[in-house]
Amino acid sequence: MKQLVRALIIVFVVSFGLLYIVNRLNTAQGYTGDNTLTVYNWGDYIDMDILDQFEEETGIKVIYETFDSNEAMLTKIQQGGTSYDIAVPSEYAIEKMEEEDLLLPIDHVKIPNLQYIDSRFLDLSFDENNKYSIPYFWGTVGILYNPDEVGDISFSEWDDLWDPSLKNDILLVDGAREVIGFSLNSMNYSLNETNKARLVEAKEKLDLLTPNIKAIVGDEIRLLMQNEEAAVAVLWSGIAQDAIWENDKLEYVVPEQGSNLWFDNMVIPKTSKNPEAAHQFINFMLDPEIAAQNADYVGYSTPNREALKHLDEETVNDERFYPDEETTDNLEVYENLGKRMLAFYNDLFLEFKMHRK
Amino acid sequence: MTKFKLSSLYLIAVFIILYAPIFYLIFYSFNSGGDMYNFEGFTLEWYTEIFQDTRLLIIVLNTVVVALLSAAISTILGVAGALAIYYARRRQTKNALLSLNNVLIVSPDVIIGASFLIFFTMIGIKLGFISVLLAHIAFSVPIVVLMVLPKLEEMSTSMIYAALDLGASRFDVLTKVILPYITPGIFAGFFMALTYSLDDFAVTFFVTGNGFSTLSVEIYSLARQGVSLSINALSALLFLFTMLLVIGYYFITKKANKPNGMGVRQ
Amino acid sequence: MKAKSRNYYLIPYILWIALFVITPILLVVYYSFFNIEGEFTFENYQKFFTPVYLKMTFSSFWYAFLITFFTFIIAYPTAYLLTKTKHKQLWLLLIIVPSWINLLLKAYAFIGIFGTYGAANNFLEVMGVGGKQILFTDFSFVFVSVYIFLPFMILPIFNALDKLNPSLVDAAKDLGASGWTTFKRVTFPLTLDGVKAGCQIVFIPALSLFMLTRLIAGNRVITLGTAIEQHFLVTQDWGMGATIAVFLIIAMVIIMLITGKRKGGVM
Repeated sequence: MKQLVRALIIVFVVSFGLLYIVNRLNTAQGYTGDNTLTVYNWGDYIDMDILDQFEEETGIKVIYETFDSNEAMLTKIQQGGTSYDIAVPSEYAIEKMEEEDLLLPIDHVKIPNLQYIDSRFLDLSFDENNKYSIPYFWGTVGILYNPDEVGDISFSEWDDLWDPSLKNDILLVDGAREVIGFSLNSMNYSLNETNKARLVEAKEKLDLLTPNIKAIVGDEIRLLMQNEEAAVAVLWSGIAQDAIWENDKLEYVVPEQGSNLWFDNMVIPKTSKNPEAAHQFINFMLDPEIAAQNADYVGYSTPNREALKHLDEETVNDERFYPDEETTDNLEVYENLGKRMLAFYNDLFLEFKMHRK
Repeated sequence: MTKFKLSSLYLIAVFIILYAPIFYLIFYSFNSGGDMYNFEGFTLEWYTEIFQDTRLLIIVLNTVVVALLSAAISTILGVAGALAIYYARRRQTKNALLSLNNVLIVSPDVIIGASFLIFFTMIGIKLGFISVLLAHIAFSVPIVVLMVLPKLEEMSTSMIYAALDLGASRFDVLTKVILPYITPGIFAGFFMALTYSLDDFAVTFFVTGNGFSTLSVEIYSLARQGVSLSINALSALLFLFTMLLVIGYYFITKKANKPNGMGVRQ
Repeated sequence: MKAKSRNYYLIPYILWIALFVITPILLVVYYSFFNIEGEFTFENYQKFFTPVYLKMTFSSFWYAFLITFFTFIIAYPTAYLLTKTKHKQLWLLLIIVPSWINLLLKAYAFIGIFGTYGAANNFLEVMGVGGKQILFTDFSFVFVSVYIFLPFMILPIFNALDKLNPSLVDAAKDLGASGWTTFKRVTFPLTLDGVKAGCQIVFIPALSLFMLTRLIAGNRVITLGTAIEQHFLVTQDWGMGATIAVFLIIAMVIIMLITGKRKGGVM
């Protein structure tokens, strides 16, 4: 008994001691003040030094929180409880948030740096006139492969994935729309296909791919590829870029039949308590030098035309990650297909995952 | 003596496997190559990095505070729960309580997290330290109950009656007979609760907010870009620290309670 | 039969149950009756009885069984041998400590160890077996799951063994019982409660594992937990996710009733 009580007292004393230290640290950091900005972003999707620069320049203290999927972020913002001032969803999530009336319109007058954004990334179908969102990064879905391991397959077509010589060699990213999407693309259907017969056809074609699939994984796909655990992977360009930086043997290609063009944009959720600071933050992120610094750190493609001048030429001229307009015109942006359709995609994907060779 | 050797070998093998991934993590925390797969050269870069990161320090402290407090409080609640189940007179009541107890263990984290989030926002608890603490207490209670209950069940009732016959009050029976007997179970429950709290990602993710974050939430959200080796370095330090603490604690209590080890006092 | 007078311990516990168990159950049951567009319906339940979900349920139970079985096989001797060591409480703590390191980090470590160029394959090469694909197989999935659940099984068994009255074992031996008979007739039955607690703590959460199915099994193993996670976080079909959860809870109650039926102790 004495022992229990003593242990309990120790635990409580230590906890409250630590709690006190945390409080002191928080106060010292200025997190408890009034002029704060809460940013909700993907993990490791910003150069943290930029936040320091922003704090120094504006005197606004940034509280930085992270999420790991659009849907998880959506749930948190829908439920409220935290007043996020900035969030960085992908395009289809922005459409959803607009529908559910979760966003504040953005006042373009307060964002003069918007002029630096390449016009081909503005006024897109998911947010006309950029009423609610400003581009942050963009990219494509394609094939990352190790040329030493695949013979003379060039992956200029999606159908190359079905090549029998690639047995147990392919990694897929764990996303229903991406996987069913490339199967649709391989048959020259649209990525936003809603014809159920065609979707089932795409799923059945995928079933034939099972012998070639090694695993369906998440973000760890980058580590697996740079470590040459598999020869081929279907993934997002940003992850591919990171993998190539680590292992320059790898090649990235977007098949000619078409693929997905994606965007992550900055938005101001309705819950924002400091929209003024949110506008300042967006404008700050669009500053060419800042955007370049950020792109250099994160490794994704920046939509900022002026920022390209501050990045090294090799990166900017890399057609794989900064494809020209002709190529991007050939790509499709995901549309919000509605919950029913998305559920249908996911059910097919689940069935495909359960299909054993 | 071959039997002895064989059994030591078995234990050694179990420990090697249990610690292999941890030493793997620690080994690569000295890698200048930047990832966990190709060791390029020795560096302390990752260690210096974490010492300059106040935000990370705050997160670590938050994690430890939540784990300790939630484990302690859920242990108290869980012991009460185990006693309640133990004292329940009817078999059905007992089974019903046990089933309810286990609901949170079987429910996937995502569901617990989402329903707690709805619940907390419904009754107006501000998301942050308090909501995370409450959630961790909530999902740690059943594990404590499951750890303590078998100890209670195996305790012979004659001990209680004997004490009562000797004129002990109910409180005395609790503090002098029951609690000492079930102490190992209580410690086991506490440590399991600690484990649950430190490991949890999904529930915490949903119920946290307003800048409050724990280490696992932070690590999971880093996964998109690949976890930085500074997290390895941090884990290595935390691991070393825990080891020292555990061993230190053991030998201190050992000294204090001479003949018996920790927990085993009758 | 137990001490009479009021059961005061119920008060805090019932409070906890009401707030954090009943409320979530009610929410889960409530959501399970709504489809993805928020209309009241039974279609989720119908959908659960389609081959896809039944197959998934079956494979969840199968893997949970495998995991529990192997965890038990490894945990029992470990716990037994631990009780014989000198600083047994310290060794026990050292069994638990590894589980305080973040699960995702350990999973990444296992990806490295089991990878094509990892330590496990190097070892196989040296042994002359030759390289094998270990990662993304049933073996690696069960292995890592057992690794994670091991402490949860060892702890209750250790506690049961530790409390075992040595005079009982001695008595059996004095009566001429062999080591194995003593174990079968005396030691094991007396630790059955601990074994049961351990199996519950492992089997029930193993039914709803998710993270590892992707990281270690590369989505070759699909469990109910994976499906629930997907419905909540990807499709945002909370209704279907909740329906699967309802079935998990029912399964848990059934398991509890089966394992709880016989009063532990002498067989």
